[in-house]
This record gives sequence, C-alpha cells and structure tokens, in this order.
Amino acid sequence: MSILDPLIRTARRRSPWLFHANAGSCNGCDIELVACLSPRYDVEQLGIRLEGSPRHADIMVVSGPVTRTACEALQTVYAQMPNPKAVVALGSCPASCNVFAGSPTIVGPLDRILPVDVFVPGCPPRPDAIIAGIAEAAAILAGDRPRPVPVGMPVVSGACAAAGGPR
Amino acid sequence: MTALRALFSLLVFPGLLYAFPAAFFMVWLQRKINARLQGRIGPPFYQPFFDFVKLMAKEPIPRPPLQGFMMTALPLLAVASTLGAIALLPVFPASGGFSGDLVLLVSLIELGPLCAVLAGFTSRSLWGGLGATREAVLSLAYNLPFLTALFALAVTTGFSLSGVAVAAPWSVRILALAALLLCLPAKLHLNPFSIASAEQEIYAGATTEYDGPKLALWELAHALEWVALAGLVAALAFPVPHAAWPLQVIVFIAISLAVVVLLSIAAAATARLKLAQTARWFWLWGLGVALSALVVAFVQA
Repeated sequence: MSILDPLIRTARRRSPWLFHANAGSCNGCDIELVACLSPRYDVEQLGIRLEGSPRHADIMVVSGPVTRTACEALQTVYAQMPNPKAVVALGSCPASCNVFAGSPTIVGPLDRILPVDVFVPGCPPRPDAIIAGIAEAAAILAGDRPRPVPVGMPVVSGACAAAGGPR
Repeated sequence: MTALRALFSLLVFPGLLYAFPAAFFMVWLQRKINARLQGRIGPPFYQPFFDFVKLMAKEPIPRPPLQGFMMTALPLLAVASTLGAIALLPVFPASGGFSGDLVLLVSLIELGPLCAVLAGFTSRSLWGGLGATREAVLSLAYNLPFLTALFALAVTTGFSLSGVAVAAPWSVRILALAALLLCLPAKLHLNPFSIASAEQEIYAGATTEYDGPKLALWELAHALEWVALAGLVAALAFPVPHAAWPLQVIVFIAISLAVVVLLSIAAAATARLKLAQTARWFWLWGLGVALSALVVAFVQA
C-alpha cells in the first residue's frame, strides 16, 4: 500500500466530490455554491463535482444555522458518507448562527453537531472563497494539512435531542 | 480462433491494455466536450483516472453479508462481461472470430445493463429501485431497434462478427449503423435519453447506494461500455481487412473517437426526454430505420 500512497494522496486532492446539505439556509449560500459550477468559476477544472448521493461524496458542504428539524438529518447523512470525509461550513450561519442566534428553533452552530474541518465565513461568501475552502478540505483529505483542532465548542453528543428534537 | 489469439484479444488489444486507458480517455473526452460547449474549460486529462483511484481508496461501508456480496459481485460481473465484449470486437476481421460470436457479443453487452437493474434493486434504496425500473424500461425501448439492426446485418452473412465486418452489403450496413448509432446515447445514459441516471430527479439512479470501490467498479464498467459500443460501430463501419495491422488499429481507434465526439455533441445539444417519449421514439424512428435495414437485407439475400 505504501507504494500507492502518493498516487492516492494526489487522487484525493484532485477529485473532491461534494454533497450539499441545506440546514435551514436562506438560499443565499446555496446559490453562491451553484455559481461555482457556472462557466465563470468552473470548479470541474479542479475535479470538483456536486453529487446527489452522500455515499458518493468526500466533502459535506453545510449551509444554514442548523434548525431543530435538520439536526438529526445532518448527523444521519454524515454517517452515510464513506471515510475519509470532511465537513465544510458554508457561510456565517453554520459558524455562528448569524442573525438567528438565540432562536428557540436553532440548535447550531454546526461545530456542536459535526466535526467541522473548514469554515468559509461570509453572508454569503464569494465563490472564490468557497472554492478556496473546498480546496483546503481536499488538502486535509489528502493528508497535506492536519485536521484542525476544534477551538470553539466540541461536538456535543445528543445535541439534537437536548434541543427538543424536530419541531 | 486459437487460445493464444483469444488471450491476446482479451489482455492486449482490444482487451485490457487498450480498453482501460481508452475507457478513461473517452470519459474525459465526453466531459471535456460537454464543458467546452457550455463555455467552460472542463476537467483535466487525468480526471477520470484520479476519480477511479480515489474511489478505490475509500473505506467501504459495512453491509449485511449477502447484500455486500451482491453489491460487489454485480459491478464486477458488469466489468468482466463488457471487457469480454470488447475482446470479441472484429478489429482484425481477416483473422480470428468464430461462427456465432455476434450472439455472444450481444449477450455480453446486455449483461452490463442487466447487472445495473439488479444492482439498483439489491441496494434496497428507493432511488436505486426507481433508477433500476427506468433502466429496465429503457432497455426494452432501445434493444428492439438495436437487435433488429444487428439481425439485419447477420441475415446476409451469418452470425459471425468478422463475416459481417467484411461482407455485409453497404446498403444494409449504412441503415443498420444508423440504427445502432441512434441506440448508443440510450445505452450510454447520455442526453436526450439520460433517464436512468437523471441526477436532478433520482440522484444517481441505480448506483445511489454504491460507495467507494463498488462505485469505482460501476464507473469503470460504464467507461468500458463506451469502448465496447464505440468500438462496435467502428469495427462494423469501415473495415480495412486487407490493410497492414497498424492501419487497421489506427482506423479502429480514429472511428471510435469520432463516434465519441459525435455522441458528446449530441448529448450537450439536447435536453432529457420523458420515459414514455423515449420508448415511443425508439419504437417509431429507431425501429423504422432498423426494419428498413432488415427489409433491404432480405431483398438482397
């Protein structure tokens, strides 16, 4: 396996497939992510593909402040992705809950729910920033960068249920 | 066909040694042409190869034993049968081949879609089942003209691929090749017949639940289908049975790539049809062309 390691690392760096999960986002970040696929930004040059199934994906891109309804679904989808995998928090909402902070319907920020590898701040972030964030997550998958040590809150098991579950 | 020759066809040309690089290259070419026609730059040359390596290196998700076995065996069977079909292609029609290899080729090519249908239901995913159902209906639609066209070719020369490649009369051959070309987009899940893998409707269709190495094998099987079907058209369209072998190889590869370019442009220029529209289209226009080939063949025979 050790002879193949450089090849596998290169392949992981150059072929990150995304699964996009909307956890109560206002669609602003979602539209900016779709803009990355357009002719102007064309992320297919970097081997990035948006996949419909989490089973196919390497990187989970989460937008939105994580509502109570979306919380357990996020954890299920994350568990369905095969290893090695990474999580990119898209926009200010999953990072800090943004203007929704303190709402009783919000469980976020995202790092309470899932181990986040890359934060892409902005409301919404520019497509350039999103592409840079995905490239950083791909570098983490390839082993070029270490996984970040969580600086904020650690992942809380049972955070979804503690917030009262769906609805 | 001697055993040594069969082994050469399977392992060197047009088998393993040619088929794997050609498969990755054809998938790249299709994605690149699609991107260029949309005003994008598109994926780099090595992209399908790196996608394959990355998927192979992912940790498989634990499954119940029987389901895990089926989900590995079905894509493996699809890869093996498509590779067998490629090895049968009459690239050198003057030598090799045996009576009845046309029937074997058809069954090997059809085993891939059949495995995909089974795979969709085996994965027990709703989307997998939907994709498998669509794939099954689609194969009923396109196989009628596809098999009729091949039968028309065989009427005049017998069920031998090299016989068809050398001796089929041109009037039959042109009509039959037109019918085969009409069926190729549906067999390769391309627009306007990309119904079984419509990612905006049913995610990845039959392969929705497949992860890591299992998905890599499906991608490989699909890429090999490109080589097999483009190669079938290439081998039947313009055989040069008395030329030197390098010329035969070059003509075969050039026409294969021309078919890929043609299909990619058609796919980029069209939008997806509905399942009922597709079935009607194939049974009307596809079958019309194929039946006229059959009539011409019977008149000539």
